[in-house]
Amino acid sequence: MVEFNDIHKRFDNNDVLTGINLSIQKGRTTAILGPNGSGKTTLIKILLGMNHANKGEIFVDESNIKNNWSYRKYIDYLPQIANFPGNIKVKEIIAMIKDLRSQPTRDEELIEYFELTPYLNIKLSHLSGGYKQKVNLVLSLMFNSPFIILDEPTSGLDPVSLIKLKDLLKKEQANGKTILITSHIMSFVEEISDHISFILDGKVYFDGSIEELKSTTEETNFEYAIANLLKNHHA
Amino acid sequence: MLKILKYSFFDLVRSRWSYVYFLFYLLLSSVLLFLNNNISNAIITLLNVVIVLVPLIGTIFGVMYYYDSQEFTQLLLAQPIKRKSIFMGQFLGVATSLSLSVLLGLGIPFALYGLFQSNVIFDFLILIVVAVFLSFIFSALAFNIALSNTNKIKGFGYAILLWLFLAVIYDGAFLIALIYFQEYPLDKFTLIATLFNPIDLSRILILLKLDISALLGYTGAIFKDFFGTLFGSLVSFGVLVIWVVLPLWRMVRLAKRKDF
Repeated sequence: MVEFNDIHKRFDNNDVLTGINLSIQKGRTTAILGPNGSGKTTLIKILLGMNHANKGEIFVDESNIKNNWSYRKYIDYLPQIANFPGNIKVKEIIAMIKDLRSQPTRDEELIEYFELTPYLNIKLSHLSGGYKQKVNLVLSLMFNSPFIILDEPTSGLDPVSLIKLKDLLKKEQANGKTILITSHIMSFVEEISDHISFILDGKVYFDGSIEELKSTTEETNFEYAIANLLKNHHA
Repeated sequence: MLKILKYSFFDLVRSRWSYVYFLFYLLLSSVLLFLNNNISNAIITLLNVVIVLVPLIGTIFGVMYYYDSQEFTQLLLAQPIKRKSIFMGQFLGVATSLSLSVLLGLGIPFALYGLFQSNVIFDFLILIVVAVFLSFIFSALAFNIALSNTNKIKGFGYAILLWLFLAVIYDGAFLIALIYFQEYPLDKFTLIATLFNPIDLSRILILLKLDISALLGYTGAIFKDFFGTLFGSLVSFGVLVIWVVLPLWRMVRLAKRKDF
């Protein structure tokens, strides 16, 4: 589905990614993990063409994404920080993005699901962080694309909404969608994902299933297994 | 691109600053018309205002709009839309809404005053054409500055410096050069130096059209020789077009390479 070949990226004098090789399989849920500043968001932005890699290639469905934009039609992307223009209303921004993409949507269903109906006429600058994240979720998931990229989807969500998000993602998995997530909430990652890719010092440090991770680190608890990876690395 | 243009345009048309800008021109041209009682004189006074103010507002508005809409741009970049369309759409939104403010602000009082019955309608038209050109040129330059500077303060600083340079300092430096090298034949140098500054070029275009090239001093004759002919006018319009196209070309290039 997605193939990262030797991706390098540096910002000024800071080498963020130094040769990422990774493949994301169709119909599975892959979690990209790593400490703060390890380049998870940068990698996703490179995949989306928002950042340019200094070296390396990315193939989506066997075609190189360089100088290509149409592959984004089949991607639903949830950005990490929900920065919206502040002076427009929730329903206006939804209508705007719908109009810009002119693809079939399921916005009404999602608005109802995340209980956003009473907030449709409120300006985005007046929403709390959690509600902004819900708007963010509606905006990114409403196109029902086969490939979903979620960058920190849990941020700002209360426990009820978090459960709703998990249920929704499980439904999407059952529909055979490919999902790529990053998160620092390990319980969420453990519950949702089939596959873990751990990035450290700009390279893929571990790539495999949760069971494989537990057996290589000899830990029974997922969170401790991840911590173990970090500890062994620094030792 | 048209959809982005539509959103940027309506976003700006709804903003308070577009109204302030429009009302300023409306007031200025009404007052000038009723004080002067003469359309030609009003055009000359307006020329002096337009030539300085349009570039200033164009650069400031362009930079401000870019930094203000960064969040929306981020959202758009993840959508299946070409980068070129996003930035061209935003640029055209800024440039057309600014041009519209000038066109209506100047046009309404002049039309009410009886511009269409007068014989100076072409003089007025050239004023408008120049104002539109300057709006496009300076918003394009502003987008260039904003795209190359992530730091807002720096961006605004460079924008104001650019305006100051082209509107004020260039003329001064030009004059000093003329005085310093007065023993040499300077006609070619003067012509070329003028072409490099869109503000100077616009001023001379209008002054020549108004047939008051005597105001231009000793180089007036050369200018009239050159700009007065059909060839001269074509060249100067061509240069104005290049002043729009080149910054736009660079803007698209910068936008394509930038990391967001």
